[in-house]
Amino acid sequence: MSFFTWAWDWVTTDANWHGSGSIPQQLLAHLGYSALPLLIAALIGVPAGVAIGHRGGKGAVVVINFANAWRAIPTLGLLILLAVFLGFSPITWLLPLVVLAIPPILVNAYEGIAGVEASVKDAAKGMGMTPWQQVTRVEIPNALPLILVGLRTSAIFVVATATIAAYIGLGGLGRFIIDGLASDQYGPVAGGALLVVILAVLVLALFAGLSRLVIPAGLRKQAKTE
Amino acid sequence: MWSWIPSNGSLIWQLTWENAKLGVLPALYGLVISLPLGVIAARWRWFYPPVLTVVNILYAIPSLALFIALIPAFGLTDTTVSIALTVFSLCVILPNVVAGLRGVPAAVTQAATAMGYGAFRRLIAVELPLAVPVILAGLRVGVVASISLASVGQLIGVSSLGYLFIDGLQRSFPTEIYVGLVLVIALALVCDLILVAVRRALTPWAVS
Repeated sequence: MSFFTWAWDWVTTDANWHGSGSIPQQLLAHLGYSALPLLIAALIGVPAGVAIGHRGGKGAVVVINFANAWRAIPTLGLLILLAVFLGFSPITWLLPLVVLAIPPILVNAYEGIAGVEASVKDAAKGMGMTPWQQVTRVEIPNALPLILVGLRTSAIFVVATATIAAYIGLGGLGRFIIDGLASDQYGPVAGGALLVVILAVLVLALFAGLSRLVIPAGLRKQAKTE
Repeated sequence: MWSWIPSNGSLIWQLTWENAKLGVLPALYGLVISLPLGVIAARWRWFYPPVLTVVNILYAIPSLALFIALIPAFGLTDTTVSIALTVFSLCVILPNVVAGLRGVPAAVTQAATAMGYGAFRRLIAVELPLAVPVILAGLRVGVVASISLASVGQLIGVSSLGYLFIDGLQRSFPTEIYVGLVLVIALALVCDLILVAVRRALTPWAVS
């Protein structure tokens, strides 16, 4: 049997949709475990990226190299290390996911702001805007397409990686995968994986819709991808 | 507790080597596939938007889920992990190949044409060299991410430094986890530095 027949059989089994630990329950849990770290990472990464981008100068080299080194931290290893020391506390699963989500948000916010055309910035200054107004009314709206790309990439990373957190006992869709692997049942493993993929694609669609809503009409050309 | 390291030297060395292969080779495969695709996408513009959509969706697939989806076809083997990591590397490298090629100034390509360069020779001798910094920036992200993600392959039993995480958790032995973390990060940074050196060697005209 192929991956899809296994996954489909399991997802369409009625018993998997009811009771404790059912698909709807784990789906909601997964969304909760993903939303919180993403929010925290956004609160750190966006202001930091905007500030560095606004200052300009040598910031670029530092941000890119820092983010690249930061990416090298293996989420699974950090998760397990924290689990050994702290047991199953909120920090144990929150911190690795926040760490994972920061680089794309930071890099894209930085590149968005740094990439605003000099003539546009000069015009804002020439109109007598204060630095704060220049950032909030001109630079951030212009950088919004890229800021959203960063948030989207991180959202997908977090939704995907929250799966691995099931290894140290977190709920969510990863439970089906990890428990299935442990008991040699490929059905829930494939089904859980399929649900995570569907969730990730929904996140992608959500951001596509969001960018239509919030990006100023004049900027609605194709946003660069990371 | 630190005496664990010297007494397990050969295991640590073997896992590091396996993790390096599992991380670096897929990134290189990804580069090899990205180059022709990127050249096509940079030349024929209609080709790129649909490809980019597919790439974005592929990139959204969790690594563990992709490993699992490939198990029926390739089993619990290196091949399963390598294919998945190749796909992810492709997703980060391809957009950079396209951006790098499109970023070559029109004046430069026109000058090359005026000097009698044909389309192929211009691509090899002018456009690709000028795109090297952007392409290598993508390759750096691909290599670092692959090395880090290769450790997840351990969850489906494919040997890598991830073994130290899982064994360390089961034995509640932090030393082993430290060693795994430090080696994964060190491995990624060494590869990153090598790529920076490669970029400098390939683009002697660049300032930094």
